[in-house]
Amino acid sequence: MNTRQAIARMDFAKALESFEPVLGLETHVELGTASKMFCSCATEFGGEPNTQVCPVCLGLPGSLPVVNAVAVESTIRMGLALHCDIASWCRFARKNYFYPDMPKDYQISQYDEPLCFDGYLDVVVATDDGPREFRVEIERVHMEEDTGKLTHTGGETGRIHGADYSLVDYNRAGIPLIEKVTKPIVGTGALAPEVARAYVTELRDLMRALGVSDVRMDQGSLRCDVNVSLAPPGEPWGTRSETKNVNSLRSVERAVHFEIERQAAVLSDGERVVQETRHFHEDTGETTPGRSKEHAEDYRYFPEPDLVPVAPSEAWIAELRGTLPEVPSVRRARLRDEWGISDLDMQTLVNAEALDLVESTIAEGVDQSAARKWWTGEFTRIANEQGRALDELGITPAHIGRVEALIAEGALTDKLARQVFEGIIAGEGDVDAVVADRGLVVVGDDSTLMAAIEQALADQPDVAEKIRGGKVQAAGAIVGAVMKATKGQADAAKVRSLLLAHLGVEG
Amino acid sequence: MAPVMDSDLVRQDAATLAAAMRAGEVTSVEVTQACLDRIEAVDDRVHAFLYVDRQSALDTAASIDARRAAGEELGPLAGVPLALKDVFTMHGVPTTCGSRILEGWRPPYDSTVVERLRAADVVILGKTNMDEFAMGSSTEHSGYGPTRNPWDLERIPGGSGGGSSAALAAFEAPLAMGTDTGGSIRQPAAVTGTVGVKPTYGGVSRYGLVALASSLDQAGPCARSVMDAALLHAAIAGHDPRDSTSIDAPVPDVVSAARNADIRGMRIGLVRELGGEGYQDGVRQRFDEAVAILGDLGAEVTEVSCPHFDYALGAYYLILPSEASSNLARFDGMRYGLRAGDNGNASVEEVMSQTREVGFGGEVKRRIMLGTYALSSGYYDAYYGQAQKVRTLIARDFTAAFEQVDVLISPTTPTTAFRLGEKIDDPLAMYLNDIATIPVNLAGNCAMSVPVGLSPADGLPVGLQIMAPALGDDRLYRVGAALEAALIDRWGHALIEEVPAL
Repeated sequence: MNTRQAIARMDFAKALESFEPVLGLETHVELGTASKMFCSCATEFGGEPNTQVCPVCLGLPGSLPVVNAVAVESTIRMGLALHCDIASWCRFARKNYFYPDMPKDYQISQYDEPLCFDGYLDVVVATDDGPREFRVEIERVHMEEDTGKLTHTGGETGRIHGADYSLVDYNRAGIPLIEKVTKPIVGTGALAPEVARAYVTELRDLMRALGVSDVRMDQGSLRCDVNVSLAPPGEPWGTRSETKNVNSLRSVERAVHFEIERQAAVLSDGERVVQETRHFHEDTGETTPGRSKEHAEDYRYFPEPDLVPVAPSEAWIAELRGTLPEVPSVRRARLRDEWGISDLDMQTLVNAEALDLVESTIAEGVDQSAARKWWTGEFTRIANEQGRALDELGITPAHIGRVEALIAEGALTDKLARQVFEGIIAGEGDVDAVVADRGLVVVGDDSTLMAAIEQALADQPDVAEKIRGGKVQAAGAIVGAVMKATKGQADAAKVRSLLLAHLGVEG
Repeated sequence: MAPVMDSDLVRQDAATLAAAMRAGEVTSVEVTQACLDRIEAVDDRVHAFLYVDRQSALDTAASIDARRAAGEELGPLAGVPLALKDVFTMHGVPTTCGSRILEGWRPPYDSTVVERLRAADVVILGKTNMDEFAMGSSTEHSGYGPTRNPWDLERIPGGSGGGSSAALAAFEAPLAMGTDTGGSIRQPAAVTGTVGVKPTYGGVSRYGLVALASSLDQAGPCARSVMDAALLHAAIAGHDPRDSTSIDAPVPDVVSAARNADIRGMRIGLVRELGGEGYQDGVRQRFDEAVAILGDLGAEVTEVSCPHFDYALGAYYLILPSEASSNLARFDGMRYGLRAGDNGNASVEEVMSQTREVGFGGEVKRRIMLGTYALSSGYYDAYYGQAQKVRTLIARDFTAAFEQVDVLISPTTPTTAFRLGEKIDDPLAMYLNDIATIPVNLAGNCAMSVPVGLSPADGLPVGLQIMAPALGDDRLYRVGAALEAALIDRWGHALIEEVPAL
């Protein structure tokens, strides 16, 4: 069994007293193109293994790659959105190394001639002194192909070493990736973990806004490598560690946090940080060493001779520039002002990944506070319980619009509305179908309610006496009984006012 | 036209056979059967073929005959048999590239060349032998034993496409397909008295051609006459969206050029750097006679210098191994072909390593090692980078030369066919065979080898190389056809008629 030694750490605040962190982030994003980077195979996630393959993405002898023009377009748009320069001429390169998830035993990537370079992305993090903006400089944005997916069977670690055998699924092989590499990010101090998270979040939102990727971290369509080094202030930068495949926003933050604490402990002990690849463990929030990079792997890059250079014309670049959407941070500020909500409210929406849904819901005529309440309250709770994404629950902004209209008419109560949504999530149909099938109607008829009230008073004469005696708070028991009798389909406030009026008591 | 005698069928060229089939004098089944019988009769001695699919060939021929009988208009090569170098994928047909590492692999797809041959109703007889992954000049590096030269069975048929050239010279097939990375079509053509053309890079799709060096590889026609080569060239050439390096431009009209064969007023340049020291006297003699004929035919022959050609061999043996080391990485025993050392305990690295150890021959390993070294960090600029600069200089030499002349010529090879085993232990001597053919691959333009007689010293064929600018392939055929006609006129027959009986 893996007997992992406890990793020495220094308290975060203390670490920051002695050291300045330098960050570097490399993100790989699977583009949402219909076909792969160099062939026409489908890219859809979740297909039966090795069903979305052809001679090209299997790297069969004799096959040749052909560049997916949409992938080039998406990469240029991404580069433009990150304020990058776009190369007027650049080539693909082969990155050579042997691994069974790579059909050709080389990956077609870009090396010293990236398509996009020298850009930046501004990110905002919340601090005790209010929001603070950091400019993250982008070194390069380039295209490459994804590898196949290995599943290691047997063994204890789920990694290749110790496995009995391994299965390879090449459906993923050849899916277009764009890799974005930041320049070293300095000056973040104790905010380093938050800046890292904010950067990846902003990048994700930007890609969604561009429509170039659905950016599902849970499906591996966005993967992040986190580089961290520490050095005493004013000293040359330290040796960095590279934590690979960090696959959630929270993990990005935790990985940076952990590496700062770990490296601070190493340096304080007078040891040196080893330049190495590390693995992040979601369960413990720790990183452990992988391959040592002391002997840097030699990938023997050279220009890919099977492909001609990519040479986007200035006219095309200008045309693509015209297709850029509103920058997410600008959009958030605009919506915040339009809706009259606070930065904190906006942050809640963003964290819940509910911003688009709320905006669409408001477009259905729903009041902003109701829209926010539904998505960040009830629906977020259910989504978390069921381990699904908000937009996968089956609830649409139109559903909410209809429900809110019924509430306004007095046909539904808040409580009944929840039951409607429960029905929709359970797949029982749309709002009206669930209302009809479940018989969810507010009992608004005074005589029906009065009959129920009189029955409840008769059942609980002692409570009735108390109320008559002025103990208004005892009315709750009777209201409760009425609600129960009407199977929750009455408006509780109305029951209460009818009750008090009936007993001649001031509410 | 007099009816073609059955016994003569295999000796006819493709154009003659196609005409006879069109005229109803002979059927494709009869021609195909004649070739299959000839293969049966002589190939145990020649060993041109690695695989022959008799039934499939006869079935294809029968269906072509049936369509012709039904009145369907068929292409100019319809019904003509062809020998396919074993480097092209063909759906369901074993493709080994002459390597043990691909033993048993049957590709699930057709190369574009095979697709076009099928579309032209050419009958594919089978796959021909070659140096392993096209690395060599003799077929001695085949993992399946060497092919022998029909002119002298103790001699090499050239390489890497020695199986295709031998199949032509042994009258086993009237047409063959080759690939040329540094001379693998032209050198075998030269030493077997046949015609071979390396088209302009990008002229014929590389899709389904198992890569040796992607930036140098080019598929092309092999035949016993210039016109046959032109007909085959026209059938296989043209843009293919599946090959990004394929040229999207009209194919030069090579068939008209071969028919026209008029070189009056054409400017022909003798390359000073190709033909001096190291070239056999017999080769020189036949070459000089051919040059005189070109002059007699009305061409203006001058000498041209291409000073950087002296560095071509060195640059080639850095670029080729570099690309090959990467192209051949995929042969790792994981997905297809040979897998060695998988005993249930070995790691994936061990299986990959063991597979490559036993699956690759010595020459392949040598070039993979060279290429891996040349691409290594710290050496890249000095080797691969420098070689690319030489390549640019060679291309400039061609550009400058083609400002002065329409085509360049040289002997195709420094020597006639050498003996089997003669150079197998001396890689450098083997590499020098390609000294005259390599510059064209580096620059990406086109060239042809045509037979110009037998060397008086050993009675073996000598080839003359014609080189033209990129997309000037038609010029090769004009010059080649003119020279061929003049020589047939002089001899009273084609050189190929002089191949000794097997």
